[in-house]
Amino acid sequence: MEQQRPIEEQIDLPFLESLRISFQSLKIRFGRSIITTAGITLGIAFLVSVWTNNEIEFALQESGRSSEITNIDEAAEQGISTKDIWLIIMSLIVCVVGIANSMLMAVTERFREIGTMKCLGALDGFVVRLFLLESGFQGFAGALIGALIGLLGAVILGLKNYGLDLFFYFPLLPARPENGPFQLGVLLLILFGCVLGMILAVIGSSFPAWRAAKLPPAEAMRTEV
Amino acid sequence: MPDIVVKTEDVVKEYRMGSNVLRALDGINIEIQRGEYISLMGPSGSGKSTLFNMIGALDRPTEGEVYIDGQNMSHLSQRQIAAFRCHRVGYIFQSYNLLNVRTAHGNVTLPMIFAGIPEKQRNEKAEKLLDKVGLGDRMYHLPDELSGGQRQRVAIARALANDPSIILADEPTANLDTITGREIIDLIKQLNTEQGVTVISATHDLKMLDVSDRIVDIRDGLVERIRNRDEIEIEVGEVGGHE
Repeated sequence: MEQQRPIEEQIDLPFLESLRISFQSLKIRFGRSIITTAGITLGIAFLVSVWTNNEIEFALQESGRSSEITNIDEAAEQGISTKDIWLIIMSLIVCVVGIANSMLMAVTERFREIGTMKCLGALDGFVVRLFLLESGFQGFAGALIGALIGLLGAVILGLKNYGLDLFFYFPLLPARPENGPFQLGVLLLILFGCVLGMILAVIGSSFPAWRAAKLPPAEAMRTEV
Repeated sequence: MPDIVVKTEDVVKEYRMGSNVLRALDGINIEIQRGEYISLMGPSGSGKSTLFNMIGALDRPTEGEVYIDGQNMSHLSQRQIAAFRCHRVGYIFQSYNLLNVRTAHGNVTLPMIFAGIPEKQRNEKAEKLLDKVGLGDRMYHLPDELSGGQRQRVAIARALANDPSIILADEPTANLDTITGREIIDLIKQLNTEQGVTVISATHDLKMLDVSDRIVDIRDGLVERIRNRDEIEIEVGEVGGHE
């Protein structure tokens, strides 16, 4: 008899199934995904261009080709100027705030969807995992494109300032590690940009997703954006 | 002995809005038998949707207990509540609540994905269910490409995906025109009679009256009265006369 039948425990879904659902969601919501991803792209492009520009300047200062520098020894000693550090930190902040904002919006407008999935039997952890996967992929793709755009911007500016000399002294690899964390070299910088974009996107979306997943479905579905 | 599927004991629900406390449910006691078609009726703000949420484990009561199949819902773990929503209940909402990124077919398969049903089996079942609700030819359309009535049919097919013993319908006809609303009511009634599914519906649609076994009138968060089918039929005649 059905009465008194104990209620079983909900099962975990295989990872592949989550991956499939999250990709499908990104694909169908392509237009919206592009806008969210563009937020990440812009943030990282700004950061990478400022930073690369700085590295180029530093590399050329060291080689004595910079037009802006008069005392090469002094520049090499100082490494990176306070103004440049300030600019990099500012671009980092813009990047963090921009990405967090676009991810927050992207998740908040889907509260109803989260509530509905919970009505159909989704576990809280599954909902969070779905958003983690989606945002991780968006973050990585957006950041990679952003890093390349930023690099291109910095190269164009470098060419304008230093001409073809730029390519002889191009700081692909870390120049002088003793100068601190701001001399990464362009390759590492791109990698850093991608990882940063991905981490920020994941953090930016997993917090609101986790909050929504914890809400009773009725409340999640009631939430108006 | 009657087979009680849902029982509520002094269920109270309060919402806090700043310093104000709104008491949406003020001590509800009802018992619903297996296979019944129950309509929760009442004006907007009477608490019927709140009660609907309590019975469907979509929200937690502030006080009191809800028993489903003899089990106290407040004693269940998160995993058990998820399994309960997945297997025991099918939800139908006023605003359909379909996932817009999934086709009609994709919406119907989703609860079966959560239940761990293999792909081939769930695809076949989704096709069968969509056929049954009359959407055999629009299976792979996105919700945005369907009319209101068609979307509600998808929602009904989705609600049936894991063969629930209870269908919970919150104002299922409120966004539909009279004829489409009638069709949806008939479809839900058909499930009730043919498959013995218990139907609990929050509504203020008078068309729901003549298919209900019992009507629970809710007012100001309390059960005002419970009417049986024979009492209802007389009143439906009267209502029809005024229209």
